Amino acid sequence: MKKTTMALGATAALVLVGCASGPMMSKGSGDEFMSMMKTSFSARGIAKMDRIEQDLGQAACSSDKDPSPAVAKRVEAEALASIQWPAGGQYFGDWKAGEKLAQGGRGMTWTDKSTDPKDNGGNCYNCHQLSKEEISYGTIGPSLYDYGKIRGVKDVTAKSSAEVVQYTWGKLWNSKAYAACSNMPRFGHKGLLNQDQIRDLMSLLLDPRSPVNQ
Amino acid sequence: MRSRPPAAALTAVLALALAGTGAAMAQTKSTAEGIAEYRQMLADGNPAELYEAKGEELWKKPRGPKNASLEKCDLGKGPGVVKGAFVELPRYFADTGRVQDLESRLMTCMQTLQGIDPAEVMKAGFRQGEKGNVEAMATWVAGMSRGMRFNLPQNHPEEKRFYELGKKAFFFRGGTHDFSCASCHGEDGKRIRLQDLPDLTKNPGDGIGFAAWPAYRVGNGQMWGMQHRLNDCYRQQRFPYPGYTSDVTIALSSYMGVNAKGAESIAPAIKR
Repeated sequence: MKKTTMALGATAALVLVGCASGPMMSKGSGDEFMSMMKTSFSARGIAKMDRIEQDLGQAACSSDKDPSPAVAKRVEAEALASIQWPAGGQYFGDWKAGEKLAQGGRGMTWTDKSTDPKDNGGNCYNCHQLSKEEISYGTIGPSLYDYGKIRGVKDVTAKSSAEVVQYTWGKLWNSKAYAACSNMPRFGHKGLLNQDQIRDLMSLLLDPRSPVNQ
Repeated sequence: MRSRPPAAALTAVLALALAGTGAAMAQTKSTAEGIAEYRQMLADGNPAELYEAKGEELWKKPRGPKNASLEKCDLGKGPGVVKGAFVELPRYFADTGRVQDLESRLMTCMQTLQGIDPAEVMKAGFRQGEKGNVEAMATWVAGMSRGMRFNLPQNHPEEKRFYELGKKAFFFRGGTHDFSCASCHGEDGKRIRLQDLPDLTKNPGDGIGFAAWPAYRVGNGQMWGMQHRLNDCYRQQRFPYPGYTSDVTIALSSYMGVNAKGAESIAPAIKR
């Protein structure tokens, strides 16, 4: 059993390398698997079949093994290059709206009617602790309680805050820029949230007056 | 069976009971302990019993164009053997040449023995029509293996192939949010909000994960089989729609079922 698993792991690694340097896998067990996926799923509502067409990062992070450092680096570099920085250099919005967004988990399922970011939640509390008051939080991601405080943000416009401000925007826009196989959705990159919504989340995380930093 | 209040009324009472204990619970014990206690409280009043009774009746009643019962149905341990069948599914069936889970096997028996077209099941919504009948029978069949331990066969090449396909599906990232099954069920001790998430890449323990479904869900007052459970997982993963008893669902069940080897089945369970 152990042997089989290892052999399979090796095959998967080969397939991955193949992916990294060319088009999607085209033969062997990967092909059989994808044909199963295509016959098993069908489009419904807003959930079309392109949702099981993987990009580089999704394919690289689809086994119980991590991708090779070279592949991970490429995923991260492509993700970093894809980040759209905020229009007008305006990084911040309203932390109260951010808190509301953080609570919401809706959007983008086949029972949802539209793909407009305005209909989507940020899903933050599903995986993270944020404010002290909300005890119903998940633990898939790290606690973000005191996120700005721990990072020494006393004034979001201060020069000393610039680095963490930029990183946080980038992480929200495309989490894979900083960790190829991050569990976190790519909120900006995949059109799950718009720039204004991300600004609100930025305020929730970094504004010293936000409940996250109390 | 004792007489019971209607499911809806029961649900309302349960909801009240939950709301009442919520605040105290948070302070004095973990959510998991609270839920376990609450399950215990309900253990001798699981509305799943209603579906088990309906399922048993459907199994024994002559139905369909051939006016036959399912009492000669082979669920893997020989015609008519129900006890112990559930904890060995999905498995390979020579007559269909396919690996089948409980629901798809029931559909095969309905077709061959009773002449009921599988399309009747496929076209119905969950809990409706012939699909509702399959789910009720699955609930009864599962209950007949209550207390037994999972032991899926892995001798046939197709069973091994489905396990490997299921493993691939489990780790397959896709959709708008880049989620795979493993995003939530690949590590021990994680939660979404307050909901504990079992690690399904290994045996998560007696009566947890694969060993708990079909289950009655108190929150919405619905009886869900494993097919319905997987369907809603994929909805929340923001994937396209998985077909009822499609290969990916059976492959995933094979993967989770083999991983659950030795786990005691408590199905049909009760969930919040």
